[in-house]
Amino acid sequence: MQLKQTLDSLNNFLPETTIIITLLVCIIADIILNKKSPITSLIAIAGLLIASYFVSLQIGIKTSIFSGMIVVDPYSVFFKFLFILSTIFVIIFAYASKEMKNSGHKNEHVYLMLSLTLGAFLMSSSINFLMMYLSLELVSLSSYILAGYTKKVKRSSEAAMKYVIYGAASSGIMIYAMSLLYGFTGSMNIFEIGRFLTSNSAGSNPIMIISIVMITAGFGYKISSVPFHFWTPDVYEGSPIPITAFLAVTSSASGFAVLIRFFSTTFLKSYEAINGNWQIIDGVKWTEILIVISVASMIIGNFVAIWQTSLKRLLAYSSIAQTGYILLGLVVANQAGLQAMFVYLIAYLFMNLGAFYATIMISNKLNSDNMEDMKGLGYRSPFVCVSMTIFMFALSGIPATAGFVGKFYLFSALIEQRMLWLALIGLLNSVVSLFFYVKVVKYMFLMRPDTGSTSKIQYGFGNYVVLLLLAVPTIFFGIYFTPLLRIAEASISMFGIK
Amino acid sequence: MAAYTLSILIFFPIVFSIPIFFFNKEKTTLIKTYALIISLITFIISVYIFFIFNPDSGEYAFVERRVWIPLLNSYYQVGIDGISLLLILLTTFIIPLSILASFNTIKNRTKEFYFLILLLEGSLIGVFCATDLLLFYFFWEFILIPMYFLIGIWGSDDRVYATVKFFIYTMTGSVLLLIGIIWLGFLCIPYVGFFSLDLTKLITVTSSLPMDKQIYLFILFTLGFLIKVPLFPFHTWLPDAHVQAPTAGSVILASLLLKMGTYGLIRFSFELFPAAFIKLTPIIAVLAVVGIIYGALLSIVQKDMKKLVAYSSVSHLGFVVLGIFALTQESLQGSVLQMVNHGLSTGALFLIVGMLYERRHTKEISEFGGLMKVMPVFSAIFLIVCLSSIGLPGLNGFVGEFLILVGAFNAPNLHSYSYTIFATTAVILSAVYLLWLFQRVMTGPIENEKNKDLKDVSKLELCTLIPILIFIVWIGVQPNTFLKISENSVKKVLLIYDSAKQRINNNDAVPK
Repeated sequence: MQLKQTLDSLNNFLPETTIIITLLVCIIADIILNKKSPITSLIAIAGLLIASYFVSLQIGIKTSIFSGMIVVDPYSVFFKFLFILSTIFVIIFAYASKEMKNSGHKNEHVYLMLSLTLGAFLMSSSINFLMMYLSLELVSLSSYILAGYTKKVKRSSEAAMKYVIYGAASSGIMIYAMSLLYGFTGSMNIFEIGRFLTSNSAGSNPIMIISIVMITAGFGYKISSVPFHFWTPDVYEGSPIPITAFLAVTSSASGFAVLIRFFSTTFLKSYEAINGNWQIIDGVKWTEILIVISVASMIIGNFVAIWQTSLKRLLAYSSIAQTGYILLGLVVANQAGLQAMFVYLIAYLFMNLGAFYATIMISNKLNSDNMEDMKGLGYRSPFVCVSMTIFMFALSGIPATAGFVGKFYLFSALIEQRMLWLALIGLLNSVVSLFFYVKVVKYMFLMRPDTGSTSKIQYGFGNYVVLLLLAVPTIFFGIYFTPLLRIAEASISMFGIK
Repeated sequence: MAAYTLSILIFFPIVFSIPIFFFNKEKTTLIKTYALIISLITFIISVYIFFIFNPDSGEYAFVERRVWIPLLNSYYQVGIDGISLLLILLTTFIIPLSILASFNTIKNRTKEFYFLILLLEGSLIGVFCATDLLLFYFFWEFILIPMYFLIGIWGSDDRVYATVKFFIYTMTGSVLLLIGIIWLGFLCIPYVGFFSLDLTKLITVTSSLPMDKQIYLFILFTLGFLIKVPLFPFHTWLPDAHVQAPTAGSVILASLLLKMGTYGLIRFSFELFPAAFIKLTPIIAVLAVVGIIYGALLSIVQKDMKKLVAYSSVSHLGFVVLGIFALTQESLQGSVLQMVNHGLSTGALFLIVGMLYERRHTKEISEFGGLMKVMPVFSAIFLIVCLSSIGLPGLNGFVGEFLILVGAFNAPNLHSYSYTIFATTAVILSAVYLLWLFQRVMTGPIENEKNKDLKDVSKLELCTLIPILIFIVWIGVQPNTFLKISENSVKKVLLIYDSAKQRINNNDAVPK
């Protein structure tokens, strides 16, 4: 019986298995092959594509495997696709980046990225505290090493060190809260905890609020929301840019995956199928906590970003602010909000990865990511700078870009639930964010270069293709966003299985 | 063709702006000519629409409706009535002229410049055509991007500050508008049956919304539009943007972009929330009158020609807003006509200032004087344009202002003569600042040596100014050509006013 169950579970575990195998193959290939061979990266991409095929077989399935440790449902399938897509892009980024080439390593980053992706897969599908914690640690450990990847660069090592300390502290706090909840409810399964809390009407017990705040610390650190964001600017600035992009998109999306599942499942009393509203267990105040976190993230992220001169630091603070926007979808606590989050996450993937990739290309040639050095760059490398402009406008949410669609949905969800003030705060924040997004454009196109070269900068053909792959969806989904909506709708359709 | 008329008009300049990038950068003449031809073809299409447009119905014509985002019940829906048609004609008329005006002034990055202008043209036409709020917002917001670059790249020294200020100001207005649009969509679900942003549907149900909601929504929408107009006290971005923008940018900004705001007031603020519109009229009418006088007074004391014209825009658009809020047949038609007039005369004034700037590289009034002797033709044109802007009978400005003032004087919606009386003083003030400008620049002895050998208008410059002059005189003597286009559309708009008035009276009559 037990064996059969495990074998069945393994059938539904094929994507993860594929990644593990790819990871091992990559390690071996890296040992055999020459330094800096693209083959390791290619193997990893091929492995991820195979994994995506297996994920596509899981579409529509809804089951829990490994004795209720993890589930396979449309929700996790959505996130798995998201992780695969972003990881493929980041592996390509890493290959194109000069920083990574000069790091003195072979292709270790490839399998570290794969292991992070594996952790992210598990994070998006775990429904058990133990599993959540373990997968979160898998993601964290991989990212610590990645952050310190260029170990000869002082900043990078410093970043990794900060990251470890912050990470260790916050996951320590989180696991303590989990133990509290376990002691209180007698279960580690989030569905069972939910059932226990509902039947005992224990939502207003003070232990709940304490543990919710503490668990938020653990997840909030992963998605780099205020006040758990202090590591973000330093780590983003210190790490090589491909790694930064990876942390900003894949790692933070994995944080969202587990955060959304935790809050929406554990404290869900019932779910109204008609209007999609969630009935939260009485006395549990997680939406209020998240509102504070989200507003603080938007305000601090946006206002601090205005003063940045380094493009990487600017993108770091912008990511903090974007986290705030995405969280807005969760505080609405209904299906529409969740759908909006999904739409936003897809848009975010393209526009944020795009912004980072453009940054890589710029800093490869300028050996700097300071905006002062980017004066007049728009005329030296028009293609890259026009794409960068598209991503900047997308991040600030101007129409005809995917970013606008994401914002439109988020604020629609808020306004539908009469949370007008929150929508107003969010939208005014996006006006503030214009200051610095436009500042990037300003340096590239409106300022004239002080001195130095004004010659054209040439890039390889492949660079343009990758940039197009990111820029075209950003615009296409901005004009015709039905596919985005369909994906998001399908992914939440069977959310919240009991 | 007929089924796609408006789409062709909107997307023709947008689609044909792309080939510019494939031209050789060195061949500027080719690029310029190409852009001009494209904009002229757009103009011809709009003139064709003008001829086949039937002004008698007052309903939306050339309606196109295609599913865009089915999950949102959002349609790609366009249609025009007389009011929008006039503004579209103004757009397609002004754009070729501003391209012509840039022939000799824009010397660097010509490809990008003409690309952005054509992109801007398409989106502007889109704003005036859209009858779905989401589509409208798309075009409305998208216009910021080309404008940002037009001011920021080709402007004068302080251009970066000006363009960022412009961008942030109008974006603030836009997000309020966006909240209003989404909220309206949700509030109307019980009446429409589903989430919809279709203007024609929403107009029929908004009157059933609770009054306080209507007022909030009205404020959200109207703030967005008033910042764009801009009405006092939201006008502070305007002088900066105008002064720093290149000539073509100033012309487009003054003639066309500002009209988006006044158009929005009629099409959205009023048609959607007539009751709130009536209730809040006093506040906005006071602001309009203050803006009329304040703008005129500021114009008088300006030392910079472009700033002077910019502040005069604040004053003139105050008239337009007053006419809109007066809500009579005369005043509303006057406002629509005055939007066109302002586009023509202020556009021409900016062109003229730009021509002087080209010759002397300064816009300081004190640098000039006595130009009449060296530039006789130029000064004649300048005088006509000034007089048109002042509102001399026989020229276009008179017709618009007169209709607005006559309509506003007895307007039941304004409840008072005093608005009109105060507004009328600005007619005198406008004579002061424009004629004084003319006097200081054109008449008297030539004191500055540099002005001695200035050249009179070139053929190219004549080509840009003469078409405007034709229309300045045409509207002045035969305004009916244009008034009759908007007549029935305005009548239809006013029907909304009557029924809203009726409802308010009924509600007030019922004791609570």
